[in-house]
Amino acid sequence: MPSSNALDPQSPLARAIYDLGIMSGIVFAFIFIIVAGGIVYAVVRFRARPGEADPRQIAGNKKVEVTWTMIPFFIVIFLFIIMLSAMNRADPPPAPTPDLIVTGHQYWWQADYPASGVTTANEIHIPAGKPLSVRLESQDVLHEFWVPKLTRKMTTVPGHTNYIWLQADKPGTYIGQCSEFCGTQHAWMRIVVIADEPARFGEWQKAQLEVAQKPPNDATAKGRELFRTETCINCHAINGVPDANVRVAPDLTHVASRRQLGAGIMPNTPENMRRWITNPQAIKPGALMPDFNLTNEEVDQLSEYLSTLR
Amino acid sequence: MNGTTTMAMFRDAVLDPAKRAHYRLAWLSTVDHKRIAVLYLVTALVFFVIAGVEALFMRLQLAVPNNHLLHPDTFNALFTMHGTTMLFFVAMPALFGLVNYFLPLQIGARDMAFPRLNAFGFWCVPLGGILLHFSMLAGGAPAVGWFAYTPLSEMPYSSLPGTDYWAIALFVTGTGSISFAINTVATVISRRAPGMTMRRLPLFTWINFVNAFIILAALPVLNAALAMLLVDRQLAGRFFLPLGGGSPILWQHIFWAFGHPEVYILALPAFGIISEIIPVFSRKPIFGYEFVAASSVAIAVLSMGVWAHHMFTVGMGRTLDVFFAIASMLISIPTGVKVLNWTATMFGGRIHFKVPMLYAIAFLLQFLVAGLTGISHASVALDWQTKNSYFLVAHFHFVAVGAIVFAILGAIQYWFPKMSGRMLSESLGRWTFWLMVIGFNMTFIIQHFLGLLGMPRRVYTYPDLPHWGWMNMLSTIGVFFMSAASLILVWNILVSFFGGKAAGENPWKAWTLEWATSSPPPHENFIALPPIRSRRPLWDLANPDRPDPVVGENSDAVTLPDHNKVGILSFIFSEVGFFGVLILAYLYFYAHPQPGPSGKDLELSRTLVFSICLFASSFTFWRAEIALHLRRHRLMLAWLGLTVILGAVFLVGQVTEYWKLFQSGVEVGTNVFATGFFTLTGFHGLHVFIGLVVLSIFLWLAWRREVGAGYGTSSAFAAAGYYWHFVDVVWVFVLLTVYILPLFR
Repeated sequence: MPSSNALDPQSPLARAIYDLGIMSGIVFAFIFIIVAGGIVYAVVRFRARPGEADPRQIAGNKKVEVTWTMIPFFIVIFLFIIMLSAMNRADPPPAPTPDLIVTGHQYWWQADYPASGVTTANEIHIPAGKPLSVRLESQDVLHEFWVPKLTRKMTTVPGHTNYIWLQADKPGTYIGQCSEFCGTQHAWMRIVVIADEPARFGEWQKAQLEVAQKPPNDATAKGRELFRTETCINCHAINGVPDANVRVAPDLTHVASRRQLGAGIMPNTPENMRRWITNPQAIKPGALMPDFNLTNEEVDQLSEYLSTLR
Repeated sequence: MNGTTTMAMFRDAVLDPAKRAHYRLAWLSTVDHKRIAVLYLVTALVFFVIAGVEALFMRLQLAVPNNHLLHPDTFNALFTMHGTTMLFFVAMPALFGLVNYFLPLQIGARDMAFPRLNAFGFWCVPLGGILLHFSMLAGGAPAVGWFAYTPLSEMPYSSLPGTDYWAIALFVTGTGSISFAINTVATVISRRAPGMTMRRLPLFTWINFVNAFIILAALPVLNAALAMLLVDRQLAGRFFLPLGGGSPILWQHIFWAFGHPEVYILALPAFGIISEIIPVFSRKPIFGYEFVAASSVAIAVLSMGVWAHHMFTVGMGRTLDVFFAIASMLISIPTGVKVLNWTATMFGGRIHFKVPMLYAIAFLLQFLVAGLTGISHASVALDWQTKNSYFLVAHFHFVAVGAIVFAILGAIQYWFPKMSGRMLSESLGRWTFWLMVIGFNMTFIIQHFLGLLGMPRRVYTYPDLPHWGWMNMLSTIGVFFMSAASLILVWNILVSFFGGKAAGENPWKAWTLEWATSSPPPHENFIALPPIRSRRPLWDLANPDRPDPVVGENSDAVTLPDHNKVGILSFIFSEVGFFGVLILAYLYFYAHPQPGPSGKDLELSRTLVFSICLFASSFTFWRAEIALHLRRHRLMLAWLGLTVILGAVFLVGQVTEYWKLFQSGVEVGTNVFATGFFTLTGFHGLHVFIGLVVLSIFLWLAWRREVGAGYGTSSAFAAAGYYWHFVDVVWVFVLLTVYILPLFR
């Protein structure tokens, strides 16, 4: 099962932070044992017994004070130095041109591959083993891109671009999510990063670039017509469908190839697609897609059409 | 009122219905520091119950994955209200209440320096709290988080008035906090008993004296941020809206420039409490008084320069990241020194495990954990993983609950006898303590691991990922232990108040002055004070054979500075922060100009004329003071009258300038320059107006011959003068940045 466990780093970037965590953790544990040990020792050893008079009144000792001011100072310097080296390893300067642009929207992620022109949503495919330079942007409020196993987290700020690197050593599925509160549905703004063998990644990219096929049958053709005549195209794009090129909401050209709906709220099955189109607000209240009060027949046709978009 | 005691009267009033109505009013109108302190504490308790129930609902929603108990908006409102309420309406009033009660007692004072200001400061808290909660009736509670990050908290994304109520509520209670801090500074400087030199102050008093300066520096910064947010929301301003050239990151800088000192504003009083409890129950003086005191100053200074460690993931750039990392790491040194000193105090002592001491020991261990996980947030690269995760939630609850709340609970058990004359039940206290320890650690230790497993904060629900379910369930179960502990605490307070064991003057055999009077203390606190030659006057009294060494010089004839002067200077210190933020924000947008009107479009020559009027009014006020000094009453009236006229001319000039700008289509929302210009000059104008009201009152009083040479004290008059001169000085800076600077572009 894919996880978002920061203690199981799967890239040199995340491992740099993990190693720093282990080193610092050892220092913290050492400090904790000594100080907590001192506290516990004092509590056990210096209990008052009934009838005892007040002890000798010791008001301090300058040498001791200076010592225990200096020791933490050196510890701090040590922690600072290992931090600097980890920062350089975990977050090198960005490449001149980004390999990937990730844009935060209320409440979903847009991923653009400038070199190939691929656009997708919420599920980011990357070639395993290759570091990608990622530019982070936001369309509305602050969001934060966080895939703990692969790289550092970074806020997406409207009007201000940020950069990170993204890499996975091995093929696999890595999950994460928005970690800066961004509104009602902050909880369901999840990210899936799928690292493929480079060859498979190439195939995926090629498939993504294909435009949507003509609908295979009557019902799906009606679905496509509904997509154009109802308000869907005001927000969603499908390459190959005339006029459907607004990308306020996720690009649907290959929506059926994605694993999840609603930025991670449920698996992408035909049945769930029906539920989603029937009333998105019942599933993800606060999402920006309203309930369009479509008839059952319209829902059938639309969802059937969308299921063909692989 | 002499001879009777506050609490005893209160008890009589409750038991005797005939007296109830009278005392209800007496409590509402009180200016007595002990009664105000009790009002603070009761208010904190009420809001504690509200915010606690909010936390309970949040944990119920999070107990299992994919839960549908609460609507997402309800959950988001709950964590916003929980955080805001706990910080501003529970922790601050509880600590302020304790300071209000015991700081004057510890320095042998009869009351705070400004009793009526004290009452004002308190009543700001319930007013703010009611405003905040009134939002529920006005379209819904705020749901933007307690740090209200822009642009989410701006109109386009949060159009309901909840966010406005949030901002106004914090502005009100923040103003109350500033007045409390002014009072604290003036009380310590001007109201100490003979012999109570600054070097002999009990640590609780010393630390809260230092803390008052953090409040004076930090709260006005919050007020400036809130004012700017309200300008954006209500007047279509553009400070923090990226679409209009504003900067969301600027909000974070300003908010955390307040927000991180705020952590120390809550932590330092807790340090003060622990510095009282541990020595008394170890039967030894504090180890290294000077180091504990000095480290508080170090913390206060450093706390002003660490705010951006909340911003390591917004992309500030490597240089700022590294600077704020080392500053934040350095602050762990004075904090660590304190922990070591407290521990060393126990060494060689005779430790009595009464309930207050149990809380202090738990505080030490839990605060140690909080401090260590805190360093992992100062370490930039670690913060890149742990920030905004449950690891962070666990960290700051170890500070806020594990340290601060535990210290407050210890303080209640320690000082309740003094406030009520009755002991709290020791056995019920132990129940509360152990249930708290179990519940708190059960709830929050596991959250560190949840964060490391990738669970972000502020999510209303979560998918069923490995281990997330049982960890969250465990965390929720802990809350029930804490709830039980709280109920027992309230029960303990009620039964002990009416039927607890009589406390006597000094039940813990402690050494500071609050224990040198009856419990509760009489009106104006002391019948007679013991001689004060060291930091522990009551130790010296009880152990004439081995008194503490005398600290510093012994001089009985001390003239303390005038409290009006200290008070107004403290207030001016706080105003520097407020205007500093507005001017810096103006300069920030000056450096990032937008299309549209700019500083060059302002009319300089006319403004210079009005400015000269304002500057001249400082001179005329000075002449009025000299006339007062020379006892020439009519001359003083004339100069004072001229001062008011010159100030009014300045205001008229400003109004006409605004009018002309409006005529030419420049409004608050035109561009970032206009927003900054109107906000900065507008708030300055408001200060001039308030100054005019004050001066007019003095003019009227002088006319009636109630103030003036031979009629009344001039110290309040001088204080008004300080304020008036300050308003003029601010205008010098405004004139330079807004009108003169563009000439050099």
